[in-house]
Amino acid sequence: MTNLLVIAEHDHATLKAATLNTVTAARNIGGEIHLLVAGNHCAGAATASAKIPGIAKVLQVDADHYARHLAEDLAVLIAGLAKDYSHVLAPATTFGKNLMPRVAALLDVTQLSDIVGVENADTFVRPIYAGSMLATVRCSAPVTVITVRGTAFAAAASEGGAAPIETVPAAPPLGVTRFVGQELTTSERPELTAARIVVSGGRGMGSGEGFKLLEDIADKIGAAVGASRAAVDAGFVPNDYQIGQTGKIVAPELYIAVGISGAIQHLAGMKDSKIIVAINKDEEAPIFQIADYGLVGDLFKVLPELSAELDKLPPA
Amino acid sequence: MKILVAVKRVVDYNVKVYPKADGSGVEIANVKMSMNPFDEIAVEEAVRQKELGKATEIVVASIGVSQCQEVLRAALAMGADRAILVETDAAPEPLVVAKLLKALVEREQPNLVILGKQAIDDDCNQTGQMLAALLGWGQGAFASKLTLGEQEIEVIREIDGGLETVALKLPAVITADLRLNEPRYVKLPNIMKAKKKPLATLNPGDLGVVLATQLTTLKVAEPPKREAGIKVADAAELVAKLRNDVKVI
Ligand SMILES: Cc1cc2nc3c(=O)[nH]c(=O)nc-3n(C[C@H](O)[C@H](O)[C@H](O)COP(=O)(O)OP(=O)(O)OC[C@H]3O[C@@H](n4cnc5c(N)ncnc54)[C@H](O)[C@@H]3O)c2cc1C
Ligand SMILES: Nc1ncnc2c1ncn2[C@@H]1O[C@H](COP(=O)(O)O)[C@@H](O)[C@H]1O
Repeated sequence: MTNLLVIAEHDHATLKAATLNTVTAARNIGGEIHLLVAGNHCAGAATASAKIPGIAKVLQVDADHYARHLAEDLAVLIAGLAKDYSHVLAPATTFGKNLMPRVAALLDVTQLSDIVGVENADTFVRPIYAGSMLATVRCSAPVTVITVRGTAFAAAASEGGAAPIETVPAAPPLGVTRFVGQELTTSERPELTAARIVVSGGRGMGSGEGFKLLEDIADKIGAAVGASRAAVDAGFVPNDYQIGQTGKIVAPELYIAVGISGAIQHLAGMKDSKIIVAINKDEEAPIFQIADYGLVGDLFKVLPELSAELDKLPPA
Repeated sequence: MKILVAVKRVVDYNVKVYPKADGSGVEIANVKMSMNPFDEIAVEEAVRQKELGKATEIVVASIGVSQCQEVLRAALAMGADRAILVETDAAPEPLVVAKLLKALVEREQPNLVILGKQAIDDDCNQTGQMLAALLGWGQGAFASKLTLGEQEIEVIREIDGGLETVALKLPAVITADLRLNEPRYVKLPNIMKAKKKPLATLNPGDLGVVLATQLTTLKVAEPPKREAGIKVADAAELVAKLRNDVKVI
């Protein structure tokens, strides 16, 4: 019998969306799924977890030293629990990527990063070389430790279940790392990885001011705003806007790339979007090779026109 | 203060790679190889800590075929003092790399180990976190700023929602993100000087590590290709297509 442990990503009160995609990956493997909610005063997140249909049990752990989700402390807890499971899964977010290799090493097992497909309980598909290739790999480890690419698995329903919540004792703190502070980007717009539409700008935007044109469009169509690495490095927007091999992975229904050339490292983060639109003044830009709709033109002329056209549009 | 930096030899990030004809792996014969870009950032950071007077010695290590000497020489040219090659023809998994690095840490006793956050060939993003786990040390993964003290290192980390700052007790493990620094351009005299710097070669057996594998690659293939679509004349046509044809706005 396979028993799977899914590590919930949460802010103590609520679950992060990527957890639901990870649950779907676990379901595709098959077996009894338990969800671990480790934090401090995290009854809210545990209650939300219990409502996911098909979860057999929620394990809730509360301790001061889990308040900041430090990988050093969480890994000790999870490695301790893992002995009862065949698979341990977490989302391939910065939370999961920081944590799961640490868990795997404590268990003396290998780890599978960023899976995009489940063939069977020990065979998985994952991208390599910036997504330019897909590798099918078989894992012979006694416990299979996995991070799951959210865009590759549909979100599980968040209502309808009623799993029991069991309280589990904390592991002792490791005491090597201290949380100092956090600086989070706040935005009224949808979260990048969960947005239905993403509007992204590159070096062509020229400045942070240039991004205002994009934000205007984004707000008219309910989109999140993203960026290429060049735009982030130039300081136009904060680092957590970055989409690509080393940034966020998105696969919205509509992705609009503006002033982005289409380097493979950028494509790695968005080429699974349903519809891709590219706006670029260079008709040779590689982004056009994967765009469903290409518009060759100067963005400083096109974006105001696009904005005006959107204003004319009758409500859908 | 001694810093150990791990550098991997990978296919250059500008090269487009293809699967082998039989799908058993990636075709890397006769392809341009370079230092993993994140590892260049890791080396640069170590050199800057030395220039700041905070570090006294930088040791760089690579695990792989004998040609890894080239990336080690490149790191020496950037300013590292000494290099170690752990030579093997196998392409060890991150867990095994972490075990070999742990053995090197036990020999070299560095106060800080810096790795890249991710190797751009396997895109694993695991080795630094695994090494930290094996050593029982703190980990500053995806670092974009380091402030090195006597007992502690303060690390700004890139996380999904923004930035997080943590303080790690030394010794500790850091993995370098893209914005930690911009690696320097190496000048010719430094390349010449690097040829004379010490480079030691070891075998995995010297370090007491068995190269076990738990992963088997069954197949490597290109993902389904996206076809280029159509060009639209202007914003009005674009909006009409998005509304009427594909109904996404
Ligand atoms: C290890 C590594 C990891 C990386 N990871 C990432 C990653 O995660 N994400 C990422 O995005 N990149 C990543 N990169 C960088 C990547 O290789 C490219 O350098 C980057 O994506 C380029 O960004 P860009 O398209 O905005 O800029 P450029 O390539 O400079 O393109 C700018 C485009 O804007 C167009 N343009 C300029 N002005 C206008 C105008 N007025 N109107 C219309 N169009 C205009 C130009 O024609 C051009 O096509 C990585 C690189 C490395 C080495
Ligand atoms: N064979 C290797 N030799 C030296 N360093 C390595 C090797 N493999 C991985 N590393 C280090 O670990 C980092 C992360 O690699 P990975 O976990 O494979 O994505 C790299 O950026 C290197 O710093």
